[in-house]
Amino acid sequence: MNGEGWLAAGTTPGDVDARIARPALAPRFGAGWRIGLSVSLLGVLVLMLTVSVLLTVGVGIWGITRPAYWGFAIANYVWWIGIGMGGTFISTALYLLRQPWRNSLSRYAETMTVFAVCVSGIFPILHLGRPWFFYWLFPYPDTMNVWPQWRSALFWDFCAILAYLLVSVLFWYVSMLPDLATLRDRAAGRMRRVVYGFLALGWQGEAREWQRLEALTRIIAALGVPLVFSVHSMVALDLSEGLLAGWHTTIFPPFFVAGALFSGFAMALVIGVPLRKRFRLEALITERHLDRLAILLLTGGLVVAYCYAAEIFMAYYSMDEYELAVTRFRFTGLYAPVYWAAIVCNVLAIQPLWWARVRRSPRWLFWIGLSVVFGMWCERIMLVLSSEYRPFLPAAWGRFMPTVWDWAMLAGSIGLFMTMLLLFVRWFPVVSMHETRQLAHESAQGSREAQA
Amino acid sequence: MSIGRPGLLARFDTPQTLLGAVQAARSQGHRGLRAWTPYPVEGLAEVLALPPSRLPLAMLLGGLAGGLGTLALQYYSAVIDYPVNIGGRPLASWPAFGPPALEMTLLCAGLVGILGLLLRSGLPRWHRPEFDWAGMEQASSDAFLLWLPLDDEDGEALRDWLLSNGARDLSRVGGDS
Repeated sequence: MNGEGWLAAGTTPGDVDARIARPALAPRFGAGWRIGLSVSLLGVLVLMLTVSVLLTVGVGIWGITRPAYWGFAIANYVWWIGIGMGGTFISTALYLLRQPWRNSLSRYAETMTVFAVCVSGIFPILHLGRPWFFYWLFPYPDTMNVWPQWRSALFWDFCAILAYLLVSVLFWYVSMLPDLATLRDRAAGRMRRVVYGFLALGWQGEAREWQRLEALTRIIAALGVPLVFSVHSMVALDLSEGLLAGWHTTIFPPFFVAGALFSGFAMALVIGVPLRKRFRLEALITERHLDRLAILLLTGGLVVAYCYAAEIFMAYYSMDEYELAVTRFRFTGLYAPVYWAAIVCNVLAIQPLWWARVRRSPRWLFWIGLSVVFGMWCERIMLVLSSEYRPFLPAAWGRFMPTVWDWAMLAGSIGLFMTMLLLFVRWFPVVSMHETRQLAHESAQGSREAQA
Repeated sequence: MSIGRPGLLARFDTPQTLLGAVQAARSQGHRGLRAWTPYPVEGLAEVLALPPSRLPLAMLLGGLAGGLGTLALQYYSAVIDYPVNIGGRPLASWPAFGPPALEMTLLCAGLVGILGLLLRSGLPRWHRPEFDWAGMEQASSDAFLLWLPLDDEDGEALRDWLLSNGARDLSRVGGDS
């Protein structure tokens, strides 16, 4: 990998360590962080309250009713897990493509993935109605003598999330071992040395260990790409295996994957821009990095826009009256505002990214990213509800209106995500130190050679 | 491992000098060299003549076991243990068995790889004698360390030789010292 030019000129490996390790080892952190954490913890409290009420009363506290049984829970789940996909894509596909600029982004992108997937998993389990029986999803020899339904996308989805969650959490941790070792070696107090030392598992950075970590990283990167694409395809199949108009289409898996990557890149910007500013990482996450992320975001957005157009086209091309009706419901029905919000936030709001100046402006990128994150939530809501609330028989038509608990659950999930993220950035390296160290060495060497 | 043996720990500032020293030391007949670096150095495993890692093979086998095992489980369940006749459709509906098998392939390959890395590297192991060596903590930030076993000699010749090959700090570690 030729890492030349991806860090600010004159960045040495020592700078890298100092910049990344110093915040984690600092005795105090800013007041802004404490306020942010307090607000996020409030969100966690709201989530705990909601879950307690849910477990006591039942899923009826949500607005779900016939025929719209999925409601917010499933839409939120799809939204959260989609956000995670972007991080895995950055850390795996770009690794395989030998894009050295990913080194500065991979750690926080993976962190975002891990936390988003953890949060997403809460929703389908609670949506089961009797979440304490969730283990019935496992194929285990039970006294009822029944097996899971192997042919159902719901079971495939369960396998996909399980694989995705375990592989991404464990790999995230293992690839952090060298950085935890650095913190262990640099920590001043005994307490921190013990905690980081415990977490580093005794990593030393011996040639043998690196050789294995390199081999593992390469293969996990190769496995991660099919994992990303298959996991969100399974999520899409949950919907398209249903026969409802609007869901029952073959475009859903690629459409969902594109949307997932799109929202993941957007979240990477929403988190990355403030992180860069707060930790003064401008030398490591340069404007060129932001530019690349913005191009990925724009590309994802164009694919998503194409899918929106293709859905409308297919409805009119098929002239199937139910497909046509769903398309019209989307344009003008009960949930039309959500549809149009998705179009505005996901298709129109990203168009400024064609200009290089916008792509290099952190402020613009933050707000565009936030718009896309919100727009993708609207899209998930739109996809789930617009087909669900008007099934084939008009006699069965109903409506889903979110209750206060639906909103509480959504806000709580954001609070939980933010809490984990804030705790992480406080105590752990937000940029992979060993990967950027390598970049810094390579670019220092490159400039020496250029001078010679 | 030759931890109990006394040795010389040499510090280098760049990966190139480390690689050069390792190469020279091996061509002089030194064996049992160990090196610590702050990031994976390309070519270090080759010049140290480390055997290629068998992790990829283990991951392949783990993935195959996971995938084929899931297929076998589904076949056993749907065809042998609990066959359900749904409109005369085939019991062994392999296209539908594919997705869980794919996910379990990825999961098992990943788990084997991660556990393999830890177990083969002897992790977790919170105390290792090397942690007591002076300057060891530098290997996790910007030093490239090389350890050479000292046999009977007092190491003066080796010391000079290392210094002439780009080593910065030298210290005697391990053994009784």
